Amino acid sequence: MSQPDDAEIVHFDNVGLRYGTGKEVLTDVSFTLYSGRFYFLTGASGAGKTSMLKLLYLAQRPSRGLIRMFGTDAITLPRERLPGFRRRLGVVFQDFRLVPHLSAFDNVALPLRVAGVPERDIIKPVSDMLEWVGLGDRSNARPATLSGGEQQRVAIARAVIGRPDMLVADEPTGNVDPEMAVKLLRLFEALNRLGTTVVVATHDVHLIQKVPESMIMRLDKGRLSDPTGALRYPPRRAAVPPKPDVLGA
Amino acid sequence: MSILPALANALRADWRERTSAESRLLPQGKLSGPMPWVIAIMIGLTVVATASGLALRNTARAARADVAGGVTVQIVHGAPRERDRQAQAALAILKAAPGVAEVRLVPQKELDALVEPWLGTSAGDDVNALPVPALIDVRLSGNADAARVKALGDAVRRKAPAARIDAQASWLAPVFEAVHALQWLAGGLIALLAFATVATVLLASRNALGNHRSTIEIVHMLGGTDTQIARIFQRSMAVDAAAGGIGGLLLGVIVTGLLGRQFAALGSGMMAAGGLGWSDWIAICCIPLGGVLLAVLTARFTVLSALRRML
Repeated sequence: MSQPDDAEIVHFDNVGLRYGTGKEVLTDVSFTLYSGRFYFLTGASGAGKTSMLKLLYLAQRPSRGLIRMFGTDAITLPRERLPGFRRRLGVVFQDFRLVPHLSAFDNVALPLRVAGVPERDIIKPVSDMLEWVGLGDRSNARPATLSGGEQQRVAIARAVIGRPDMLVADEPTGNVDPEMAVKLLRLFEALNRLGTTVVVATHDVHLIQKVPESMIMRLDKGRLSDPTGALRYPPRRAAVPPKPDVLGA
Repeated sequence: MSILPALANALRADWRERTSAESRLLPQGKLSGPMPWVIAIMIGLTVVATASGLALRNTARAARADVAGGVTVQIVHGAPRERDRQAQAALAILKAAPGVAEVRLVPQKELDALVEPWLGTSAGDDVNALPVPALIDVRLSGNADAARVKALGDAVRRKAPAARIDAQASWLAPVFEAVHALQWLAGGLIALLAFATVATVLLASRNALGNHRSTIEIVHMLGGTDTQIARIFQRSMAVDAAAGGIGGLLLGVIVTGLLGRQFAALGSGMMAAGGLGWSDWIAICCIPLGGVLLAVLTARFTVLSALRRML
C-alpha cells in the first residue's frame, strides 16, 4: 500500500457557488485535499454535495473564491487546458450518464479512446474491468437493457479504467446490493492504494465505516464542517480506527 | 527505401484506428437523412448555373474575338455610278491605311443575298433599282477602338463623302451587355446556392448538436477536446456531402448535356461557340469538392462555436 504523501491535490479557498441569481448553494467553502487519501463527503439531501462535486470535476466554475487543482489555478485555467485536467479525473455521476448508443464495453472504453489509447491496449483492460464488476457476460449490452445496479457498475468501471489521479463519485453505491457495494468500495480502496485520491459523496454511514482510514467532510446547508479533521493541515488521522474484519480482507 | 512505405502504413493504420475509435463516440448517420438529398439538389443547381455561366463566357469571348477588329464601311449614295466610284476610292484609301489587315468590297451578289429575305426575289423584282449601300468589310490588326475608327473615317470621307464607318463591335454591344448580365446572374445564383448550403449545414449541425448534447457533455467530462468532437461531426457531414455531391454532379451534368443539345440544335454560330472546353469540365467536376469543403468547414465552425459556450 502506498502511503499518502500529503501533497496538495485540490485547494478550495472561500469558494461560493450560486446558480443564476438564486441564493448561494455553497458558502465560504475552504479545504485542501491531499494526494492518495480517501475522503467521504456527507450531508443531507440538498446540502450541496453534488454542487461541490461539480466544482471538483470541473463541470462548474465557482461564483467566487479560489480553486487550485494539481497545483494550477482552476478558475483562470484556459478552456483548451480543461480536457487535460479532466483526463486526470475519474467521475461517477449520480445519474450514471452512460452513452445510450454504446455497449457496456464501449462505455467503459470511452475515457481510453478519448485519451487516444491504441485499440489493441484497450480490449484486455476493459474486459478485465467488466469482469471485475461482474459484467463480463454483459459487455455487449446497451445501457437501456441493463438494470440500475448494472448501469452503476458500468459507470464506476468507466471512472476507474484510466487510473485517474482523483476519483470523484456521487452516491456510487446507491443502486447496488450491499455485497456489490462492498466489492465496489474495495475497488475504490485498491485504486486509492495505488495513489489515487478518492472523494465519495454518500449518505450511507455503513459505507463510511467500512473505510476506517477515510476522512469525512460534512456539508450542511452549503457550509462545510470537519468532523475527522480532514481539512486540517497536517490532516488528523481518521477518527474511526481500522477494522480489518469489517473490511472482510 | 523500405522505411517510407512502412512509415506510411503505420501512419495510415494509426489514422484508421483513431478515426474508427472517434466515430464510435457519437452515432453516425447512414445517409438516411435528408442532408445528402439537399446537398445533391444544391450541387446539381450549382453545376447547371456554373455551366451556363461558362457557356455564356465562351460565347461572348468567341463573338468578341470575331468582331474585335471588324469595321464596316457603307457608301450610301442614291446614284449607282457615284456610289461605285466612291466605293473604289474608299477601297484604295483603306488598302493603303496603316493597321488594316484585310479589306474586301462585298460583291453585289452577296449584297443581293443579304437583302433578299426582306426585299424578296419574285419575278419582276429589280433589287438593283433600290439604293442599297455599297459595303466594305475591313479587318484591322488589333481592336477597332473609337479613335482608330474615327481616324479611318476621316481619311475615307476625304475621297468618299458618302461613306459611313462603324466598328462591328458596337452593333453587338447590347448583346455583350446582356451576356454580361446573364453571367452576373449565374454568379449570383452560385453565391446564393453556396449561402443556402452553408445555412442548411449550419441548421443540420445545430440540430445534431442538440440531439447529441448529453453524449457530448459526457465526452467533454471525460476529457474529450472540442476538436475531437468537431472531427466526428465533420466526418459525418463530409460523408453526406460527398454522397450528395456525386449525385448532384451527375444530375447537373445530365441537365447541362440536355440543354447543350437543345442550344446546338438551333444551328446558330454564336451558340456553337458557347460549347464547354475541357478546362470548363474540370472546373465543373470540382464543384462537389468545393461543396464538401464548404459543408465540412461550416460543420466545424458551427460545432466549435457551440462547444465554446460549454465549460
